[in-house]
Amino acid sequence: MAASEHDSAGAPSGAPARPPLPGGRFAPGTSLTAHVVKIGLLGLFTALGVWAVLPLYLAGHWLGLAVAAGVVALVYHVYLSKRTVPAKYLLPGVLFLVAFQILPVLYTMSTSVTNMSDGHRVDKQQAIASIESLSVTRTPDAEEYTLTVATAGDPETGALVFLLTDPEGRTYTGDEEGLDPLPTATVNASGRITGAFGYTVLTPAQVNARSAELEEFAVPTGDGAGIRSSGLSTAFEGTAVRSYDASCDCVTDSETGTVYTADDERGAFYGPEGDRLPQGWKVNVGFDNFARFLFDPTFASSFFGILVWNIAFAVAVTGLVFVVGLAVAMALHVPRMRGKALYRILVVLPYAMSSLAMYLLWRDMFNTDFGLINRMLGLQIDWFGDAWSARAAVILANVWLGYPYMFLVATGALQAVPRELSQAAQIDGAGRWQAFRHVTLPLLMVAMSPILVATFAFNFNNFNAVWLLTRGGPLSSENSTAGATDLLITYTYRLAFNEATAQYGYAAALSVMIFVIVSLISVVSLRRSKALMEVDR
Amino acid sequence: MTAYTVDPAATRYRRTAATRFALWAARLGWRHAFMWVVAAFAVFPVLFVVSAALNPLGTLSSARLWPTGASADNALDLFGNTPFTTWYANSLFFALANAAVTVLLSALAAYAFSRMRFRGRRVGLVGLLVIQMFPQFLAIVALYLMFSSIGEYRPELGFDTRWGLLLVYLGGALSINTWLMKGFFDTVPKELDESAQMDGATHAQVFFRIMLPLVTPVLAIVGLLVFINTVNEFLLASVFLRDTDAKTLGLGLYQLVASQRNANFGMFSVGAIMLSLPTLMVFWFLQRYITEGLTSGAVKG
Repeated sequence: MAASEHDSAGAPSGAPARPPLPGGRFAPGTSLTAHVVKIGLLGLFTALGVWAVLPLYLAGHWLGLAVAAGVVALVYHVYLSKRTVPAKYLLPGVLFLVAFQILPVLYTMSTSVTNMSDGHRVDKQQAIASIESLSVTRTPDAEEYTLTVATAGDPETGALVFLLTDPEGRTYTGDEEGLDPLPTATVNASGRITGAFGYTVLTPAQVNARSAELEEFAVPTGDGAGIRSSGLSTAFEGTAVRSYDASCDCVTDSETGTVYTADDERGAFYGPEGDRLPQGWKVNVGFDNFARFLFDPTFASSFFGILVWNIAFAVAVTGLVFVVGLAVAMALHVPRMRGKALYRILVVLPYAMSSLAMYLLWRDMFNTDFGLINRMLGLQIDWFGDAWSARAAVILANVWLGYPYMFLVATGALQAVPRELSQAAQIDGAGRWQAFRHVTLPLLMVAMSPILVATFAFNFNNFNAVWLLTRGGPLSSENSTAGATDLLITYTYRLAFNEATAQYGYAAALSVMIFVIVSLISVVSLRRSKALMEVDR
Repeated sequence: MTAYTVDPAATRYRRTAATRFALWAARLGWRHAFMWVVAAFAVFPVLFVVSAALNPLGTLSSARLWPTGASADNALDLFGNTPFTTWYANSLFFALANAAVTVLLSALAAYAFSRMRFRGRRVGLVGLLVIQMFPQFLAIVALYLMFSSIGEYRPELGFDTRWGLLLVYLGGALSINTWLMKGFFDTVPKELDESAQMDGATHAQVFFRIMLPLVTPVLAIVGLLVFINTVNEFLLASVFLRDTDAKTLGLGLYQLVASQRNANFGMFSVGAIMLSLPTLMVFWFLQRYITEGLTSGAVKG
């Protein structure tokens, strides 16, 4: 790789000197077809960009617009400039990497220091608006509107919007943030809005499907008033029973007289008896989430219990897979063995099956009543009901799936070790085992250790391995959130997506802790690996 | 075993049958015995799933290790009573699209890393290794929150759509695969692209006309690995695809046995085999490389 030092090879010596471009020796000429393709792709990209930012523009989301415009400008700069040759090749992948890998990691970190969860997803202003508008009740002189339910997004999931016509025929849009005039709507004879730019009008069936949501939806109109629907085609403006007072930072319920005071540390309004209003807001809680996992007795015991099992699981699977794979490779590492090719196909078979389907298969084979294993052995063991049998079952299934890969790698590594070496050792008086242990194995480990580190890292976060078999269970009676076979990643997943109330803040804090643990492991292993040396080639 | 006559002097050196068996057992016999055990361990779940797929009753409790009958009932059930074809099409869409685009993006980046020298190259290469330690799914909470707001603005990219999840998968396009490719690109002699440039080729022409045809093996391997990983991906897909018709085959199978574990097992088995087919085909392609590696070392004893 000596030629890598100089980038001047493109021009014949003595050619007129051109100022060197980054990316080196490449001639900046372009053919006509290339030009056409380039213009076409840039045009397509611009169209996609406009398509993507249109809703941001409609929603007045200026920061998002600026970012999108910046990305488009960057792409134009890179592909139209002649000085950015390496960037032309790196940019597409890097854009995806930044948007969907690096940003999410940073966002995870920022979420991990908040109390974000169901009931704490919005900011305080939105929470107050929602509290007030939900308590709106009809007053005798309430103003009536003709209502059309619409959405700016998907008819089934997009946020609801009220398209309203008042008795004088003026048209408005109302969403969770408030009421805005809507000058350009299509209105039918009865005064009902039938269409408006940027909104999809929901059909009665679609509205019906979302009636529960509609029930809770209200448009705040200021001063504790709001607009709610009554039926599918009318809405009324009423006053809120609960109103927010900025001077005491509290919400007063005019019917019961209860005063709920804002607690900016917990992100909700609390009444005198410690009861709280369900609509809370997202607040920064600092390192509380982390502290809970590390110091709170119940959570710390499940966290550290899971961490220990997580490490034990990864070590056990990596170790067993290595031992079995190497043993099979050694058994087949002999000249002239009949049936070698057949054996090889058979033992590699588990690796060639879809691992996702095979996990589900193993889960059913361990089934207590109908499972193959109990039936073949004549047992009645509830494999996934007991902590230790569940752990053994999880490890067994993962060894089955994992050893063929190790076998393939070990076979390759064994062939790189000259047989003469161990033969020479045996001639010198070493036993078979000694020759293997002190001559062959150390040479094997040189090639195998990076693979072992990678296998460990993979199994450390092997979500499928546990979730598809046991879902992290069995859960014990005293701790219903952490199961006996839970890995940190399955625990995270359950906190965020599989509990009655989603706890994003805690789950994000767990993710960050996994990041830290993985970093520690990888710093140690990267130090030892030679991979970094290759950078300079 | 007896019929031939031999020089009486030589019989002294002939081993008895027992000795020969002992020698065989010490040299090869144990290997065969061991391999029988391992092969049995390796094969029995696969045998079970095949026999369950053919089992006419289609329940878990009636499935035997050895096929008790052959019927296509389970397959017909699966095709007729579940959105199997939609699930399969979804799985193939994600796997093929992700594999194709990942190979392209990775190859572009690997070409830059292998053939060009620029500021930030070292940082970029080390950065790729470091990012590799943090699999995308660890940021699942953030991805979920991000896409719930993206879905509000652009439902076409939100949950239950193909494009949203594909975008997320593509975030992992530059990875250790780029390293693998870069290593392979490095083995292509520089003289080739240099001479092409002498003849007036641009960098794009060198990449598409000279480099890509020379590195097809590594493109194929990376593509196949990405394909397999995408087919088997569960975590992100389960968060992004909730709607029955949006599910991939893996999610569909999970749902199938989650609700009716005993009764649906026959259908599940058919689906499991169908899901494994692409992977098995991949192995059929890779087999050549594996065997080559094995035989080249085995020629000499």
